[in-house]
Amino acid sequence: MSRSFRIGLFGASAAALAALMLWSVAGLPAFGQYHHEYGRILNASAPSERHVTNVVAAVVFDYRGFDTLGEEFILFAAVMGIALLLREVNERRPQPRDDVGSDALRLLGVGFAAGLLVLGLYVVAHGYLTPGGGFQGGVVVASAFLLLYLAAGYRAFHALTPRSGVDFAGSTGAGGYAVIGIVSMLLGAAFLHNFGPLGTPGTLASGGSIAFLNVASALEVSAAFVLLYTEFLEELAAVRS
Amino acid sequence: MIPLQAALIALVAAGALAVVLTRSAVRLALMSSLYGLVLVVFFLVLQAPDVALSELVVGVVGFPLVILVAAAVERGR
Repeated sequence: MSRSFRIGLFGASAAALAALMLWSVAGLPAFGQYHHEYGRILNASAPSERHVTNVVAAVVFDYRGFDTLGEEFILFAAVMGIALLLREVNERRPQPRDDVGSDALRLLGVGFAAGLLVLGLYVVAHGYLTPGGGFQGGVVVASAFLLLYLAAGYRAFHALTPRSGVDFAGSTGAGGYAVIGIVSMLLGAAFLHNFGPLGTPGTLASGGSIAFLNVASALEVSAAFVLLYTEFLEELAAVRS
Repeated sequence: MIPLQAALIALVAAGALAVVLTRSAVRLALMSSLYGLVLVVFFLVLQAPDVALSELVVGVVGFPLVILVAAAVERGR
């Protein structure tokens, strides 16, 4: 293919793509004016039907709970793939060194990490009351351990995230989510249908099985991200040494 | 709210362009983290705090870390 032919081909296809995109943008509702029936129905019915104050949590862990199961296993499979690729190589490598010099930095960083951990647990626990939930809170919890690595070094990070414990938490969370769905079936409802006492709206004891699914996904997500960080940090250390 | 939203949309567009045009991997990690932060503010202004939280932890912390480690590994070789 000659250069001018390639440029011509690119020009024609780029123009066609631009025309299609402009056409689709022209068909969009005005900015901020999208009011679909689904959102209106959920906003009206979720608080009374499921006793939660964060409708997003009701969608993620109840009305669309099956979608979340798929997403959980996507993350699980992705992190497992990373572990499979990197772990075999890492086992033959020396442990990373701690290279944090300043005591003040250690103290401040560990303090921040502890605060971040509490914030993560709060975001998880209040997932169905205020914005947040298992996924967001889970990654905040994992970030707290990452901050611990930055402030206190690899040994502290490794001591607080033993591999067997992380693996156990991750698989318990992923499997537990599916088990909660099966419990719904044993109780005579559809897979992942909400069960249990719905409780008082606006308190931690509300939402029925949304609360359990929330904790299961938090376990899975935090473990998956800690595992991801561990594998990458060990890879980094192996290259440095 | 409209001027704020317009300013943020412009920032998001400029940030996306900056991320695409960044060539050095370390700078890319910093730039994508910064871009994630702009998106967080944008989602907050559009009243989507759940999405903003997800973007905060994945876009600002998780993704740049992966790039940073990849850059360090590449440099070490």
